[in-house]
Amino acid sequence: MLENFLTLGWIMIKVVIIIVSLLLTAAYLSLAERKIVGFMQDRVGPNRVGPLGLMQPIADGLKLLFKEIIMPSRANQYLFIVAPILAIGPALAAWAVIPFQPEWVLADINVGLLYLLSMTSLSVYGIIIAGWASNSKYAFLGALRSAAQMVSYEIAMGFSVVGVVMAAGTLNLSDIIAAQSGGIHHWYWLPLLPLFVVYWISAVAETNRLPFDVSEGESEIVAGFHVEYSGIAFALFFLAEYANMTLVSALATIMFLGGWLSPFQGIPFLDQYLSWIPGIVWFMLKVSFFLFLFLWFRATFPRYRYDQIMRLGWKIFIPLTLIWIVVLAVMIKIGVGPWFS
Amino acid sequence: MSEIQNYTINFGPQHPAAHGVLRLVLEMDGEVIERADPHIGLLHRATEKLAESKPYNQNIGYMDRLDYVSMMCNEHGYVMAIEKLLGIKPPVRAQYIRVMFDEITRILNHLLWLAAHALDIGAMTMFLYCFREREDLLDCYEAASGARMHATYYRPGGVYRDLPAQMPKYKASRWHNAKEIAKMNENREGSLLDFIWDFTDRFPKRIDEYETLLTDNRIWKQRTVGIGVVSKERALQLGFSGPMLRGSGVAWDLRKTQPYAVYEAMNFEIPIGTEGDCYDRYLVRIEEMRQSTHIVRQCVNWLRQNPGPVMLENHKIAPPSRIAMKQDMESLIHHFKLFSEGYSLPKGEAYAALEHPKGEFGVYLVSDGANKPYRVKIRAAGFPHLAALDEMARGHMLADVVAIIGTQDIVFGEVDR
Repeated sequence: MLENFLTLGWIMIKVVIIIVSLLLTAAYLSLAERKIVGFMQDRVGPNRVGPLGLMQPIADGLKLLFKEIIMPSRANQYLFIVAPILAIGPALAAWAVIPFQPEWVLADINVGLLYLLSMTSLSVYGIIIAGWASNSKYAFLGALRSAAQMVSYEIAMGFSVVGVVMAAGTLNLSDIIAAQSGGIHHWYWLPLLPLFVVYWISAVAETNRLPFDVSEGESEIVAGFHVEYSGIAFALFFLAEYANMTLVSALATIMFLGGWLSPFQGIPFLDQYLSWIPGIVWFMLKVSFFLFLFLWFRATFPRYRYDQIMRLGWKIFIPLTLIWIVVLAVMIKIGVGPWFS
Repeated sequence: MSEIQNYTINFGPQHPAAHGVLRLVLEMDGEVIERADPHIGLLHRATEKLAESKPYNQNIGYMDRLDYVSMMCNEHGYVMAIEKLLGIKPPVRAQYIRVMFDEITRILNHLLWLAAHALDIGAMTMFLYCFREREDLLDCYEAASGARMHATYYRPGGVYRDLPAQMPKYKASRWHNAKEIAKMNENREGSLLDFIWDFTDRFPKRIDEYETLLTDNRIWKQRTVGIGVVSKERALQLGFSGPMLRGSGVAWDLRKTQPYAVYEAMNFEIPIGTEGDCYDRYLVRIEEMRQSTHIVRQCVNWLRQNPGPVMLENHKIAPPSRIAMKQDMESLIHHFKLFSEGYSLPKGEAYAALEHPKGEFGVYLVSDGANKPYRVKIRAAGFPHLAALDEMARGHMLADVVAIIGTQDIVFGEVDR
């Protein structure tokens, strides 16, 4: 009996650790975004709250917490409140299966990748319900756009994941990483390069970030699905977006860049010299690289039009992934080294 | 069965892409625009009516506020109409200064257009890059006239004062140390003309930078090529002017076709498009910025070599110097008369038009012989363009409407007047 409680307590502690660090990451990612995009745009970004503006996310969070949640008069009150919860829930729950370094995973389940796919698919409900419940035309358009976009990019994303599953022969994320060990050229980004590219672009589209942010489309539909939200309800959408960005970056790291594996594996001198660095450091560095790409895209590209995004997804990415899956099957069958031999 | 109705969306007047206060009622079939109905008048300030109750010179300031991104060009139109009715011609140096500032204004306007257009299409970084350059040009405005935007610098008979021999400099503050200040003041050591010359040296490279970000960008092309197409014939029928007309392939530019001021002496080209879509208009405006830089350089060269008066000596129209006013009885009388009653124009009417950055800007002035205009009618370049919005947007998607508003370069200050 007591043992059960202890186990449960230990799991709860782990959950709290993951969620708190995740929310902090999301908050500071917003600061990093403002700083990095700021420097790309010839300005300094926030630098007033705390040293170098480091307290800015805290100040923003407090401000949003204390602001009133304005309920539009003819909104569906129940759904209006449920929507942000539905958005943030899956974004956090998905982290249960992410391995940060060997043995550091909340739930080491065998269908980890499947679980992740289903969780990321769920997040679209938050957006659709938010758009519907707001009873606003702009929000409604945004919700429709993002529903169509996320559903179609889910397919391209799913097919790239299929490639990884074929290559690794498992759905368990820790095993997928283990299958990539042996140095930087053993990682799956190389044999699965087209899938890697498709996955990454789909991931950007999936999280509704520029250049695919038509569901928010600042200059077209103002803020899209969350135009009517304020206060902490808006903050939940905001956190969900950033948590999702981190999630897809973590996934890209795990599936294509060897997760916690050191990039110097197999290099005689460096490997031993740097072996003291824990895997989580490599993991975080790789995730940061992908997160940086998000910000870089945002500062560089104009926004796609809604139908152009659809065309890109259906007519280019899905055929491309299908073809590469066949190529991959052949490669696995004849045992192309060093990955499949 | 109830009939299926189009979805109506109210775009603006509070909308990030409404360029001020445009209100569009869009009838949509899904994302496709069936009808776009622009509603104007939300920035109506009765400029034309106000002008009827003020002496001529006091209206110049209102002209700045018409199209508030190309201030001096508006002034030029109004001042030209008065000069036409008075039958006077300002000194050549003043005309060169006017041409130089007209072209600086054109660059200012096109930079703001590019910034806003790119921001509307989602390229946020362009916005800040363009504003970086605008900062320098607004400093030129400030050095010449004392105001960064609403300059009131052109006067009938010349310009308010000669260009300053010293460019204002930054001072050290708690935000910038001496070394940073020295760097910021690097191109401010000489006169205003040196500063402008320095700007024209580096500006073409900056335009190249913008072009690397946009011109060959696939997303940018997908968003602008084939959007808002206006054929050559249709553009003429709709009364387009400026880059909107030239983008459709008509080489019509008042600076060439009916030269005013000293444009005859200037060497420049008129870029024209072929397709008449948003992308062509983008290319035309980018090239115009390069041509304007070229004109500014020619003016700077001339102005450096030819000092002289910048205002007529006729004190019935132009005020005497302040020193003369303090010592000389006649000057004092002139000064008092000019700044209280103003001057009267002969009975008659005049229309003066010039190539404003957005198109043909015209002022039609009717005088009944009094010291105030009987009627001022302003032809705003943007008005006919906005009227064609429905035609340009029909059949396109919601996101394209934003691109089309951007390409029209609408400013409501002049549309609503």
